[in-house]
Parts: sequence; structure tokens; C-alpha cells
Amino acid sequence: MYGGGVIMYGYNGKILRINLKEKTIKVEALDLELAKKFIGGRGLGTKIFMDEVDPMVDPLSPENKLIIVTGPLTGTPVPTGGRYMVVTKSPLSNTIACSNSGGHWGAEFKATGYDIIILEGKADSPVYLTIIDDKVEIKDASSLWGKLVTETTDIIKSEMPDKAKVMTIGPAGERLSKMASIMNEYDRAAGRSGVGAVMGSKNLKAIAVKGSSKPQIADPEKLKEVSSVWMKAIKENGVTGAGLPTYGTAVLVNILNESGVHPTNNFQKSYFENADDISGETMTKDYLVRKNPCFRCPIACGRYVKIEEMGIEVGGPEYETLWSFGSDCGIADMNAINKANYLCNEYGMDTISVGATIAAGMELYQKGYIKEEELEGSPLEFGNVQGMLDWTLKIGKVEGLGAKMAEGSYRFCDSYGAAHLSMTVKKLEIPAYDPRGIMGQGLSYATSNRGGCHVRGYMISPEILGLPQKLDRFSLEGKATWTKIFQDFTATIDSLGLCLFTSFAMGASDYADLCNAVCGTEHTAESILEAGDRIYNIERQFNLQAGIDQSQDTLPKRLLEEPITEGPSKGNVHRLSELLPDYYKERGWDENGNPTQEKLKALGL
Amino acid sequence: MKITVKLFATFRDGREKIRIFELEQGKTPEDVIAILGIEKSEIAIFLVNGRDGQFDKPLIEGDLIALFPPVGGG
Repeated sequence: MYGGGVIMYGYNGKILRINLKEKTIKVEALDLELAKKFIGGRGLGTKIFMDEVDPMVDPLSPENKLIIVTGPLTGTPVPTGGRYMVVTKSPLSNTIACSNSGGHWGAEFKATGYDIIILEGKADSPVYLTIIDDKVEIKDASSLWGKLVTETTDIIKSEMPDKAKVMTIGPAGERLSKMASIMNEYDRAAGRSGVGAVMGSKNLKAIAVKGSSKPQIADPEKLKEVSSVWMKAIKENGVTGAGLPTYGTAVLVNILNESGVHPTNNFQKSYFENADDISGETMTKDYLVRKNPCFRCPIACGRYVKIEEMGIEVGGPEYETLWSFGSDCGIADMNAINKANYLCNEYGMDTISVGATIAAGMELYQKGYIKEEELEGSPLEFGNVQGMLDWTLKIGKVEGLGAKMAEGSYRFCDSYGAAHLSMTVKKLEIPAYDPRGIMGQGLSYATSNRGGCHVRGYMISPEILGLPQKLDRFSLEGKATWTKIFQDFTATIDSLGLCLFTSFAMGASDYADLCNAVCGTEHTAESILEAGDRIYNIERQFNLQAGIDQSQDTLPKRLLEEPITEGPSKGNVHRLSELLPDYYKERGWDENGNPTQEKLKALGL
Repeated sequence: MKITVKLFATFRDGREKIRIFELEQGKTPEDVIAILGIEKSEIAIFLVNGRDGQFDKPLIEGDLIALFPPVGGG
């Protein structure tokens, strides 16, 4: 395809710029040099966002932009090449946000012939977009506003050609919940950082896509060869070829719990006695209906589960969801967690943040901050299944105390003068791994550019799973170096448009081979990691310019000062202050966590 | 001595989830997995009392062994 007259492989070469206030639709050429430097997806989206938006922008104002961006491998015939990302400024954390989703929407959008949509302004009334190849329309969504995700998706699909794909917000995004996600194809989510609220703030309900083109491949023969190496490695790897396909991500419940790093009752404990009841083993035996694979994915970790009393089969919970609504709320009822997950998908909410916020609410109630009269009859006690479901629904509807919760755990706890009970980093809820027993993962949380997140540097892989090699999870040795490498590597994988799970089986040189075959680039393992480093640094620069400085590279006080009370990781706190100076040095940042001029110059920034 | 073994994922196929063994002093995890019919090469995560274990280290009364095949990420 053509961008500025240059043949672009992998990329379509076209950006769609839509101003929702003015109702203007423009097509712009993608700058190939910029694309190569920042790859695509997370990297390129962030670079474009930084060039166009003031870092101090109010995230829910019309001046914030929402960038939907694919990678050069999205929609190409490579394993897991279906991902897209949403880049914006997060209303939850005020950091740069890049929320990544699988499913089938990303590949279908890429087939329309565009790579990126830049959404600007705020529509005067609710609208949705349809993109059928190069035909782009802004349509009235007033009859869709207020509807749940399944109904919205079905209505829009009925008006589109067969096999169109729909991404949409639910009522939570419309009502600007800071935990709102953007759903696609019913049960896949760009979940984190409140990106659904930004979409809602623009009066944009949905984007439906149907395409018929394919990006050009630089070396189709080479791609066949490299793809078959990938397929073989993914199939033969124990994690991607057996563990994830058989049990999904839920298989982690027992692993983390047996290691004593499975946070329970809002991180008051780190071992949950009844964890096996909500494990991958139990899900597979009692609830699994079938697998729910993403576009061109040989791993197929996604699940469909049954909720018998509702007579439905729906997208099943991931590990983090089983944890947030399960162990973190003291609940061992998998059927109830399946329902909470379903409610989140229908209302368009991030399951990690919602479950973790309810858990924080349970501790606020336990400690007497929340009074009985505030509860309007819905219990808020650890272990109370009906209460957990009631509050999930109330957060989805943004009503009563649920409206306060919909602001996220930090603002909710802070409103009671108890911010210390919010288990967040940069106001984003920490997921299902207690860093007090996993030192590298804690460093990764504290330095993640979007806040408390596990997929910005999944140190669980070496520290718990032993991939690519086993590290002592309590030791600090080498953790700054490993964390930086994992963070950089992840930034590149995200930017390419691939699933992070491929990295259980593949190394940096494999990604270089795949990218080179598709895009005609000359990447090496080193340049793949360097691109990730570059992306990590621009995200950091954005955050610094947005006022998110070194003081926020931290963990909740509980995790730094209160030792784990029982189980295999008993007695440990996270030793962040011993790791941070090494980490800054490893990154080439000064002692205040600012990228040095030398570092930025070396990265071509 | 009494040793508890917890099995996970596919190690549960055809086996109990939890087994309690009465073993002589000096027995190691290697002896335990031999009784269970599990090869060392099949094991990806091997914990004794929740910490990374050593196959040849003698067990002591009350030890808890957890065994996982290669499984997953989240």
C-alpha cells in the first residue's frame, strides 16, 4: 500500500482522522519513517498522541484524543496477529493509556485499508461510526445510548454486511466511569485505564468495521517459513501448546496461591484456602463450554463458560478476574464470578479494577469507614456473594454508592480519608500477584507507565513460571535488568500487534524475523529491544510532562510496610527502595527518574 | 513421617488431587514422584512448602509438595 508515495509493507499507509464535533472525515498518509521508528500500535499511537495532545489535557474533555491503532502485523497471516490498541490520556491514572485487545475487531479494521483512527472533539449527540472498506460514515446513536453491549452489538451488526465486527462501550462508558472499558465482539476488551470513559466523553458509542483488503507482505515466501517456525514452537512449548489451551489463564490461580502470592481480602492475606474452587482446573471440569480463540491464534486461551440458571453461554473470566471478584473479595463461588464477569462485559467495565474496588470497599466497611446506612441493603462484606454481584451491577449503573466506586479504588478510598486501603499504583488497581513475594513484579508495577499493571513487564514469567529461566522471586539480584528487558520487549510486542503470550515460546530474534518478513525491515534482536526502550521512554516523558513524577513510582504502603501474614511468602514486604536506584541507572535515567539527554539522544528522541 | 502432595492441571488426570504419604526418614521428592509415576521432565513448577524445591533434598515431617506441569500465564 502507499503512504506518501512509498510502498509500505505490513502497514496500509493510511490514517483516518475524524472530528466528531465538526463531523469531518479526513484520510492522511502514514509517515513510514515514523512508523518504522515506533513500529505501530502502542509505540506509534503514543508518538502521534504526544505530538498532538497537551499532556496536561483533562482526559474527559473534548481536547483529549482517542487513537485506535493497529500494528504492522495486525491482520497479516501470522500467529496471533489480530491485536489493536487504544491510546489516550487515562481519566483513571492521568498517565498515558494504552489498552490492548485481542478478538477479531483489530484484524477486520486493518482489512478496511486503514491503520489508525484518530478521534477528536465531542459529538453534539451520541453517534457511532461505520467503516466498510474506504466508506466511512458517522451515524446517529441516540437509540443505542443506554443499551448493554450485546444488544448494541447485535443491532449494529444487523445493519452491517455479514461478518462485520463491532466495538462498543456500555452504559459505564457513557456515564464516564473511570473503570469503563471498550468491548469488541461481545466479550473481548480494551479493558484498562478507563478508555471507555474517554469514548463516552466524546458521545461515541461504537465503531463497526468490515473490510476486504489485505496488507502487502514484503517477502511472502520468507513469511511462510518464519510462520511455520512460530507455529511449531508455539505448539511444542508446554505453556502455549498445552497449559493455556487446556486451562486458559485461570490455571494461574493454584500456582500463585500455592506460592503464597495470591492476594486475598484486599491484600490482607496472600493465600486463599478455597482457591481450588475458582481454579482453571475447576473451570475446565465444571463450567467450560468451548474455547474462544482470537484471530489466527493457535493458543486459544479464551474460554466460553455456561451460566446455567440464566441459560447462557458467555465469555469466561481470566485469571485476574477470578482473582478480583474471587479471592480479593474472599469469594470461592465460580458461578458468581462468571456472572460478575458477564455483568462487566455487558456494562463495559474493566474486571480487574471493578473487583479490586469492591474488595477495597469491603475493607472500608470492615474497618468502619463505610456505615451500614450507605449500603442501601446490599452487603459489603468479604465473602458475601450477593453483595459482590449487587455492587458490580451498581458500579455498572453508576448509581448510589456504586457511583463513588465507579471513580476507581483510589478516589473511592480517598473520599473516606483512607487512600492507604486502595491497592493501586498511579491510581490503577494492581492485579492478582502480591509483589511482596515477587520482587521483580513489584518493581514492574511501580515503574509501569500506566500504573498497577501486570502486562507492562510480566516478571511472573521468570519469577514464578521459570520462563525463560527461573529466578529466585525473593532475591533483588539482577531484577532491575530483567524488569527493564521485560518492559522493553513487551512494548515492542504490543506495538507489532501480537499477543504477549507468544513470548512464552518465542525470543526477540523471532520477532525480528517475523517483522522483517512482513515489513521488509532489518530488525535484529537488539533493535527489537531498542525499539521497546524508545517506546518506554516516550511514555515516561509523557507522564513526566503530565505531572506524574518519580514520587509516583511506588507501591501501596501496605505492600512496603506490612509483611505477608501467613503462607509460603510470610514475613516479606516489597523492597522497592533498594531496587529503584538500580532500575533508573539501568534505564539511563537520572536519580530522579528523568531520562537523561544522552539516553534520549541514543534512542533518537 | 507424613508428607502431603498436591497435584495440579494434567497431573490430576487419573490421580487424586491431594495424596498423603507415610514415608521413611530420608526419603526425597524424587522418591515421591516415582511413586506417583511422574517423570521429572514433566514437571515445570515444583514447590516444597510454597518455595522452589530440590528433588534430592530429604523431606521432613509435615512437608507439603506442589507439582505443576508447564502451564500458563495471564
